[in-house]
Amino acid sequence: MKQFYEVELASRLMLGTARYPSPKILTEAIKASRTEVVTVSLRREAAGNSGSERSGQAFWSLIRELGVRVLPNTAGCHSVKEAVTTAHMAREIFGTPWIKLEVIGEDDTLQPDVFGLVEAARILSDDGFHVFPYTTEDLVVAGKLLDAGCRVLMPWGAPIGSGRGLNNLFGLRALRAHFPDVPLVIDAGMGLPSHAAQAMELGYDAVLLNTAVAQAAQPVEMAVAFATAVEAGRRAYLAGPMSPRDMAEPSTPVVGKAFLA
Amino acid sequence: MNILVNGKPRNVNATQLLAVLIELGYDKATIATAVNRRFIPIATRAHTTLSENDRLEIVAPMQGG
Repeated sequence: MKQFYEVELASRLMLGTARYPSPKILTEAIKASRTEVVTVSLRREAAGNSGSERSGQAFWSLIRELGVRVLPNTAGCHSVKEAVTTAHMAREIFGTPWIKLEVIGEDDTLQPDVFGLVEAARILSDDGFHVFPYTTEDLVVAGKLLDAGCRVLMPWGAPIGSGRGLNNLFGLRALRAHFPDVPLVIDAGMGLPSHAAQAMELGYDAVLLNTAVAQAAQPVEMAVAFATAVEAGRRAYLAGPMSPRDMAEPSTPVVGKAFLA
Repeated sequence: MNILVNGKPRNVNATQLLAVLIELGYDKATIATAVNRRFIPIATRAHTTLSENDRLEIVAPMQGG
């Protein structure tokens, strides 16, 4: 398996930790998914000594107890400076050089600002971060991110939280073909396990999703469904899918058929 | 001294960042800090002096996608 910055993962499913109905269901979903990587974030922590005001501390305790690797994000950052500062804060808090770099350029689609993304990726890579850039399927941008020091790319499937699946199959297939040795993770936009299976069938190395599991009526069941789909898609890719045809071709041999007409 | 803590006005007695954090009750919390949009690592909190109207950001782990 390709490594993610020298880290080998048994599971090809990465899971977000937001929007679950409760911490208990979050915990159960993470366990059921058998994921080894969860995404986390940073937000302002309330002043005062009250434990109830300190939701961040309780959340961090929960994640540490699960023993999974964390991939901090820079979600909500719209500028290079904001993303870089957030990355530094995340590295200190979470004790990992991994950073899921998001520089958002447009609020309706949460589309990455790929110009800012490349600039921030270069600054952070030069500073020793292991950058997982949330990007588009654009080949030129992908090349520039690799030039900037990224050794993993995370193209979107569809806008974050939209559940639309893989919007640009042609582009994603081209990206996979263009960078066969780079670990590629489809990040965002998946709504169904079939979307994740499709990503894996294209030869992607992993998928990262959040809302599709967290907002399901039964998140734990959906976590299992996604884990199963990811494994099925990977196996299908390795097995070598048949090529589609425009016309029918009988699967049952015609030769030897009794003449009964 | 009046400063902004996570966007809200606060009056604090201390001026050194580490002491301000203790005064505000953050001494046992897992947090990261920035002053006037500049990251201040843990190691330099004791050497960082705040001034009137400084903007102190204090962040902690949170759920994320």
